[in-house]
Amino acid sequence: MSTNNQAITSEQFVHLRKNQPRFEGIESGHRACLGCGEALAARLVTEAAGPDVMIANATGCLEVFTTPWPESAWRLPWMHSLFENAGAIAAGMEAALKAQGKHTKVLAFGGDGGTFDIGFQALSGMLERGHNVLYVCFDNEAYMNTGIQRSSSTPHAAMTTTSPPGSERMGKRHLKKDILSIVAAHHIPYAATASVAYPSDLRKKIRRAMAIEGPTFIQIHSPCPLGWGHDGADSIKVARLAVQTGLFPVIELERSELIGSMPIRNPRPVTDYLELQQRFRHLFDKDDTRAVEELVHIQALADHNIKHYNLRGEGMDALDSDGADSVRRGGMRWA
Amino acid sequence: MRKALEGSQAIAQTVALCRPQVVAAYPITPQTHIVENIAKLVADGKMDCELVSVESEFSAASLVLGAVSAGSRTYTASASQGILLMSEVLYNIAGLRVPMVLTCANRAISAPLSIWNDQQDSMAVRDAGWIQLYCADNQEAVDTTIQAYRISEATELPVMVCVDGFTLTHTLEPIDIPDQDMVDTFLPPFNFKRALDPASPTSVGTLVSPDFYPEARHSHHHALLNAADEIIAADADWKQLSGRSAGGLLSVDGPDDARIGIITLGSVYGTLSAARDEYPDLPATKLIKLRAYRPFPIDALHTACTGLTDLVVLERALSPGYGGIVSSEVHAALSGMATVPRIHSFAVGLGGRDIPLDIYRKLHDQIDVPEPGPFTIIDVELEKLPVEDHGSEQSASG
Repeated sequence: MSTNNQAITSEQFVHLRKNQPRFEGIESGHRACLGCGEALAARLVTEAAGPDVMIANATGCLEVFTTPWPESAWRLPWMHSLFENAGAIAAGMEAALKAQGKHTKVLAFGGDGGTFDIGFQALSGMLERGHNVLYVCFDNEAYMNTGIQRSSSTPHAAMTTTSPPGSERMGKRHLKKDILSIVAAHHIPYAATASVAYPSDLRKKIRRAMAIEGPTFIQIHSPCPLGWGHDGADSIKVARLAVQTGLFPVIELERSELIGSMPIRNPRPVTDYLELQQRFRHLFDKDDTRAVEELVHIQALADHNIKHYNLRGEGMDALDSDGADSVRRGGMRWA
Repeated sequence: MRKALEGSQAIAQTVALCRPQVVAAYPITPQTHIVENIAKLVADGKMDCELVSVESEFSAASLVLGAVSAGSRTYTASASQGILLMSEVLYNIAGLRVPMVLTCANRAISAPLSIWNDQQDSMAVRDAGWIQLYCADNQEAVDTTIQAYRISEATELPVMVCVDGFTLTHTLEPIDIPDQDMVDTFLPPFNFKRALDPASPTSVGTLVSPDFYPEARHSHHHALLNAADEIIAADADWKQLSGRSAGGLLSVDGPDDARIGIITLGSVYGTLSAARDEYPDLPATKLIKLRAYRPFPIDALHTACTGLTDLVVLERALSPGYGGIVSSEVHAALSGMATVPRIHSFAVGLGGRDIPLDIYRKLHDQIDVPEPGPFTIIDVELEKLPVEDHGSEQSASG
């Protein structure tokens, strides 16, 4: 990690940049957990966005694990203000750059708590006013930084510290908020979901959003081994299964119209995804009829997604849920 | 040239002269005309800035914070509930040591809901780490706004310019709006050294462990204390250019041999000044106009209060369960003096209650006692309250 007060001239920075094989906006050495999906997602996003950006980061894991003073993992101009105002900070940066006649792209980063819940108003305002900002939501489906509390992004029936299962409860009682539809309902130019299991798809979407003048939004499904209760080595596998089961549809919308989706080659049963994670372990108690009911319920949610977004693939496709999971450079240059 | 202008209008025109590049605001109840006037100036092409009508006061403060961090001079205005909603961001702005100017059109706080003037709002954010300057009239509001930008940018501290809602913001007064050249001479173009820049990336607002937090607070505290010099210098320089002082840290008006002093913040100074002429038979009195509340000018207060036997602190807010906010600080500040005057603590004009000229006579009556009484809201009409709410005779006299 570099320190904030490192004496290095801007010429040297430009030199460093030009001599890099690929731009990396976030360096190794940060303090994320092993297998952190969010750290990987942030690396992929900044790699695709490039150096000419300015970042407004909401409070959360990403802020905490990258910037323990006096160190920072960021090689980009980056600012953290508060939990609930990333959208407004980003809007202010954009207004200032516009007033100065500069074309640096502003990015806003928030977790699901900072996006779906406490930062939702500022996000909505930013979208409504048409600021030229790419808002990236790193969705790990709970308040992981504060100790795995339920958010409105937490999936139905998941166990968190504030939605524990017990004799009267089977984990979270409510559904995962459909933030993408809500965001898309602002009729912004581009809104999409992506997953860390599909890095080429993710980078392609970031580049697409970067090229758009106006508000864009990308929600990235980012496993949290600590909060979800799976092995750190399984993060990509878990993320991929979320897509392959239909529980996390990978889709794109323009002006709130669906324009693309990642087809699922062979939809997997939701239990393949759920059983890898301790947060769903109460659903696998064979003696509990409530557990069986919940599994049926969750399968129905996945089936609904597949039907609603027409996700079922038609045979082999290099871009489907089984074909798109490798990083492709050269050859088939779609990403 | 002096023109008859509404306070809000004058402040808006003055802000335009200071050339902010980004202005953000939200019309939370209650609202002033400041931003509406700015919007009209922008619409008419008389002011070149990005005006963003945000979805809350929280976002107004956040947006200008983002804009300064990206290198632009900014402006926002708020009052009352808006200041409270902003408070988390206000602390954040100050802690990040970001220069900006905010007008607080002082108003009461709900509940009970009131849209009228007192100073509970800015008092509630006294400890946010902002410079707070209080204006006694609209000319001072104009001059202080211009000075505030210079003070803020020189000290890298945000400045809250406190202007009494309605009493000043909605009142027409003959006001001298300086010309653009004078303001440009006084206020250099904005150049924020710590602005974010892709060519030289820095990380701002990082996580700080206990190893560094007290040091950050120490430097913030001392930056505020040191800002006193810049507040004095900015006012002196502005006086040279414009011929007008807005009162430095504080100013004193009255005969040197006066033994009674009254300290005020904001527009009530004008009322007392006029009242003093109305009641020439009352004992000679010095009026002390406290302009800089943060930083708190302890040394200047010592000088101002030397020779006084009785000092009235007349407040426009209170700390329920304790009493006067300013008076407790004045008490502490004067405790080091060789002869400490007797300090009398009163609040007046809460929630826009009219402050008539005879307040001056009432104050003189109230301090003509063997020992100073406890903090009192001086114009409470007890007959409007049930008996059980009357309190002791001492603590709530009519």
